[in-house]
Amino acid sequence: METWDLLRNVWFILIGVLFAGYSILDGFDLGLGVLWPFLASNEDEKKILFRSIGPVWDGNEVWLLTGGGALFAAFPHAYATVFSGFYLALMLVLFALILRAVSLEFMSHAGTRKKIWEAAFAVGSFLPALLFGVALGNVVAGVPLDARMEYTGNFFTLLRPLPLVFGLTGLAAFLLQGSAWAALKTTGELQARARRAARTMTDAVGIGCLLSFAAVWLYLPEALKRVPAWLCGALVWLSLGLLASSLNKGRDGRAFLFSSTAFLALWGTVGALHYPNFVRAADPSLSLTITNASSSALTLKVMLVIALAGMPLVVAFTIYAYRVFRGKAGTAGPGY
Amino acid sequence: MNPVFLARLQFGLTAGFHFLFPPTTLGLTLVIVILESLHLKTGRDVYRNVSAFLVRILGVVFVMGVATGIALEFAFGNNWSAYSRTVGDIFGAPLAAEGIFAFFLESVFLGVLLFGRGRISRAKYWLSAFLVFFASHLSGLWIIIANSWMQTPAGFRMEAGRAVLTDFGRAALNPSTVIRFVHTILGGWITGSLVAAGIAAWHLVKGRAREKAGLLLKTSLAVFVVAAIFQLGSGHLHSVQVTRTQPEKMAAFEALWKTQTGAPFTIFGIPDEKAEKTRLAVRVPGLLSFLAGFDTSTRIQGLNEFPKDARPPVLLPFASYHIMILLGLVFILAAVVGAALAARKRLADARWYLKLLVFFVPLPYLANELGWISAEVGRQPWAVYRVLRTSDAVSPAVPGGNILFSLIMFTLIYALIAAAGISIILRLVRRGLDEPATEKEGQSPPGGTVPSRGGN
Repeated sequence: METWDLLRNVWFILIGVLFAGYSILDGFDLGLGVLWPFLASNEDEKKILFRSIGPVWDGNEVWLLTGGGALFAAFPHAYATVFSGFYLALMLVLFALILRAVSLEFMSHAGTRKKIWEAAFAVGSFLPALLFGVALGNVVAGVPLDARMEYTGNFFTLLRPLPLVFGLTGLAAFLLQGSAWAALKTTGELQARARRAARTMTDAVGIGCLLSFAAVWLYLPEALKRVPAWLCGALVWLSLGLLASSLNKGRDGRAFLFSSTAFLALWGTVGALHYPNFVRAADPSLSLTITNASSSALTLKVMLVIALAGMPLVVAFTIYAYRVFRGKAGTAGPGY
Repeated sequence: MNPVFLARLQFGLTAGFHFLFPPTTLGLTLVIVILESLHLKTGRDVYRNVSAFLVRILGVVFVMGVATGIALEFAFGNNWSAYSRTVGDIFGAPLAAEGIFAFFLESVFLGVLLFGRGRISRAKYWLSAFLVFFASHLSGLWIIIANSWMQTPAGFRMEAGRAVLTDFGRAALNPSTVIRFVHTILGGWITGSLVAAGIAAWHLVKGRAREKAGLLLKTSLAVFVVAAIFQLGSGHLHSVQVTRTQPEKMAAFEALWKTQTGAPFTIFGIPDEKAEKTRLAVRVPGLLSFLAGFDTSTRIQGLNEFPKDARPPVLLPFASYHIMILLGLVFILAAVVGAALAARKRLADARWYLKLLVFFVPLPYLANELGWISAEVGRQPWAVYRVLRTSDAVSPAVPGGNILFSLIMFTLIYALIAAAGISIILRLVRRGLDEPATEKEGQSPPGGTVPSRGGN
């Protein structure tokens, strides 16, 4: 394989790793952001839930920004097509992410207006958790593109069965991450509720996977011939099974681990179905692939050096920070 | 409405609003690192308490910077897809590198800074503060690299209408990167230190928390004095660089219509672009040439050397650039007066000066925005200087109506965030430096207050 092709393949995987890292890490605070009104029964419990993500959510969100930057650098055409094409849908995501980012900090200072920012945090978490999957479903299902690689559909083109099923599956997976994290970081009644929620969401992700499978079978039957997709799909089911048993035994750390591996395997499945495409076009000859969407070999090489130099450090100090804040979240001291 | 105009307006609004926060972070983290270093060295709690107060403010400022930065990471894809396709081979890498090298570090350790005191040793807490400071500057470097490449592109060749990277080092360290980085960082130090000094001065005027306020004032004023004076040098070098590498931009800054030796520096004037004249001009003969080459006979290119469709607008860059310089001189004056008062140990009693500092807090924000407007409007009509026109850089697939809708939404959301953020910061300031330094730090028992050794 030519070096340039090798680099393109490596970057296809690395972009997937960045988005999977985002889903796993920011996934739990996104999911918790949606779930807290259903988990917390009083102010103290609310405080505990917010505090469990307070010190780490911001670092988690950087996975998204880095993923976006890496997509821009490695596959600029994919970045350009998706973000200009899915304009209104992604603007909704941006508005939600902006409000969500400030709301957690603001609510701890806002006094009487606290309720507004709590609501903003919930809504701002819900929209991205749902729409990320819808967007992914669209690039997988295929969208109308012209010969200049520009999107020719509109907002409603995006709301088709496969993308919507992907959106719901993604939402369930984010909620699963959030409830598994909550179970890990809390005690007592709150923890029992979080475990029940995680158990329900495990089933929801399973149902989402079945529906997604049906949608892929209906709309992209060719993709089902791919063995790696079946392997990753099997890993999703294995993770979900281990997750359910861990929850039943009250082993919350393992439950969170398997919830995370399920998310990782979901990304693996989608990647295997979708490769080598970035954006499938309604007319397959116009699809954006790792070949026609990529940067030059030099840029991909420079980016690889940057990633290999930087990401081990990122992983190391992220682990350090999580260790600083390990253990159950408490209510001691003010804040949120 | 014209999509190019709307897309520019949206980028201007979102980037201009975002640019309020990172400079504040640059200066505040520097003051925090100094205070934490003093705390580490002396072990005195007063340094820690003052630093903890600034960390609370930083938390709010930082999160607003993060929130508004999200939109910018994706703005190039949203509204500028042609730009992304044409120069993505070069422009994307610094954005990704910012995330990997700087923003992860900054965000992760800001979490430690905000919530970790009491959970880790003093030395590790100091290191966290230093890493947030270091990473915020590194983050600035990558963003300046990306932006400077738009000003003075290098290290690439054009292939089938696309810029293709040929030399990453030259693209990153292009002719304007280093000086623009220094200039922007110093602008940030001026901003953050003046915010801190203004808060300290307000406390002293109100007679509150005198010891802590005096200490914060001295520390932040020291940073302010150094940054304001060095900014004169960096501003000068930056102007010389612009004269050399983007002559039409300097011609617009100075409303220099015709190429000349002995070019004057225009102190005041109202440029009339149609008549190619500057009305009511007050000029110092030969000064511009002298500044550019330390010789009044230095030849400076005027706008007449450039085709009309390749000239930047003049009025806005001229006005922004000149008011920015005026503000820079005001800062130097304030710095010198402050240093003189401090040297005579009369700083805490000079009420007029303390009040002045409070009123000065908005000025560095104005200076930053004006400098940025000069740089970006002065680059027009190019998105990437002499490579890609702004009018060719927008997304062909996005209708003007969609840009207008998102522009309105951004305006509303940013107005909401600005109002809430400012009111929260003002509330934190009014609560004051004597507020127990325990918020979010997990070091006090539930419902407890600061142990007696912490109060003073």
